[in-house]
Amino acid sequence: MGTRALPIVSQSAAQTAAQPQSSGKQEPMGFFTDTSICIGCKACEVACKEWNQLPARGDGGAHLEMSGQSYDNTLRLSGDTWRHVKFVEQFPEPYEGRWLMMSDVCKHCVQAPCLEVCPTGAIIRTEFDTVVIQSDTCNGCRDCIGACPFGVIDINHVSNTAQKCTLCYDRISVGLEPACSKACPTDSIQFGPISELRQRAAARVVQLREQGESRAHLYGADPQGPLGGLNSFFLLMDAPEVYGLPREPKMPSRNLVRGSLLSTFGAIVMAGVGALTLRASRMRDVARGPREDTSRAD
Amino acid sequence: MQTDLPGTFFSAPPGFGWLVILYIFIGGLAGGALLLAGLLRLMGTAEDRPYIRIASYIAFAGAVISGIVLIIDLAAPLRFWHMVIQNHTGLPMLKWWSPMSDGVWILLLFGFFSLVASLEALAVDDHPRFRALRFLARPPLVMFGAIGGMVFGLALAGYTGVLLALTNRPLWADSSWLGLLFLLSGVSTSMAALLLFAHWRRVDSPSSNDWLARFDTVALVLELLAMICFLISLGGAVRALLNAWGVVLVVGVIVGGILVPLVLQRRPSHGVVLPAVLVLAGGFMLRMVIILSSEQIHVSGVQVLR
Repeated sequence: MGTRALPIVSQSAAQTAAQPQSSGKQEPMGFFTDTSICIGCKACEVACKEWNQLPARGDGGAHLEMSGQSYDNTLRLSGDTWRHVKFVEQFPEPYEGRWLMMSDVCKHCVQAPCLEVCPTGAIIRTEFDTVVIQSDTCNGCRDCIGACPFGVIDINHVSNTAQKCTLCYDRISVGLEPACSKACPTDSIQFGPISELRQRAAARVVQLREQGESRAHLYGADPQGPLGGLNSFFLLMDAPEVYGLPREPKMPSRNLVRGSLLSTFGAIVMAGVGALTLRASRMRDVARGPREDTSRAD
Repeated sequence: MQTDLPGTFFSAPPGFGWLVILYIFIGGLAGGALLLAGLLRLMGTAEDRPYIRIASYIAFAGAVISGIVLIIDLAAPLRFWHMVIQNHTGLPMLKWWSPMSDGVWILLLFGFFSLVASLEALAVDDHPRFRALRFLARPPLVMFGAIGGMVFGLALAGYTGVLLALTNRPLWADSSWLGLLFLLSGVSTSMAALLLFAHWRRVDSPSSNDWLARFDTVALVLELLAMICFLISLGGAVRALLNAWGVVLVVGVIVGGILVPLVLQRRPSHGVVLPAVLVLAGGFMLRMVIILSSEQIHVSGVQVLR
């Protein structure tokens, strides 16, 4: 794929950028995942599980769950799988086709839907502009799961709280690179300052297009795009939907004003109709004259 | 390759199940009941007292059941208080732009007003243990309790639909009409429940029944219109209902829960029980279809291609 022609993230550079400053906001950090060079080794999945002490699927012992429908047995991100290498197996004919690999992860959205709806304040934005769930605050209401347009968050059944990738907050706060990008053998996952990653990603798209890969494009790299851009963005080789990604992810609050106004209007109408029909009913009673109380109240 | 799927189909189901369905149903019913109690308190006569009492009890019981169901439904139930108090600072927890956060406070205040309404009903009806609370029947307090109860009752009946709309799930987030639909359904089910309980307790005030029947007719017609608007507003996401859930929606909710009760209400010879039971069953099925039809959709990249 010719990635050696590009400046690869040097770990020392990434570490320098992530070094905590004395106080205040740091430079936004994130991931650039180049799916064109992902080989599906799942080293990132394993490194994530090891560093974050996440259990394997199934009972973790002799009875590991198999998907039975793909060489990918993880299938999706979950409360105990914060990195997932998707295997998109495009085989229209038995002997003709291609594999698309994509190491999926929390997008650490600049405008984060999960953070917006969280009713306990458990979801916060860190000084690195990443999004983290505080496990000691979350009570597992699951509002964030439905709010995430990417299906990233899930309940971890060990902690009974919603969990997802923290972008290795514990590692980057002390100047280390996240476990997944550290383990990636092809540098498909690159970690660093967002501004630097965007430049590198743009150059990579140009290179791929020059090689004839006309469908290569960036997903989530545009700060003017949906959700204000994604701090974990991707280079894709096909339409976003092929990778299970929404073309235009949206904020849940898009329905707030309209939904609230319609409900408020309905509430006023119901109270008004109730009052008017009750008044009309009582006026009919008055017109009919006094009536014996037929109530046989308990 | 299905690249024409609505964006909401790529999110993950939050795992809302029977407890959430039960809460949305009971919350709507209880909210509507306090609206009815409030209207009768402000504008009713002595003939309406039994109905006020029953509606107040329904509202309070609904508030208690709702609270219990919501706490049980949490993955970490012992942390339910994190919804109202910030665990790190001890300060009140409220995010006005999060319907779930609003809903917690709405339910708390609704619980307060339904409790006051129930205590007032007990005191006014000369229950020996509650005579000391007769001050609750003073006009300014009745006015305060009735208006507060109506406001938070309607809010409780409607906010759940807005909460679902503020996600990224199929059906829920593809329309803004769900809050209005749930509100109207909540009011109609509360009238059905009040008529059923009144029938069970052998309370028979023709004047009150006449009002409830007329009000319910309007509520059911408006609910039908809101349902049509909801289905139209779904656009391409309506494909989530092109299955058995769609059949339940049409047969159980629209026909059985709205149209048939409307016809039966025009013929008083059928009594109050059958239309009321149908309205209640239709209201429950509405919540069931909306929640479960969306919950069953979970698309990943692999499945999109198959």
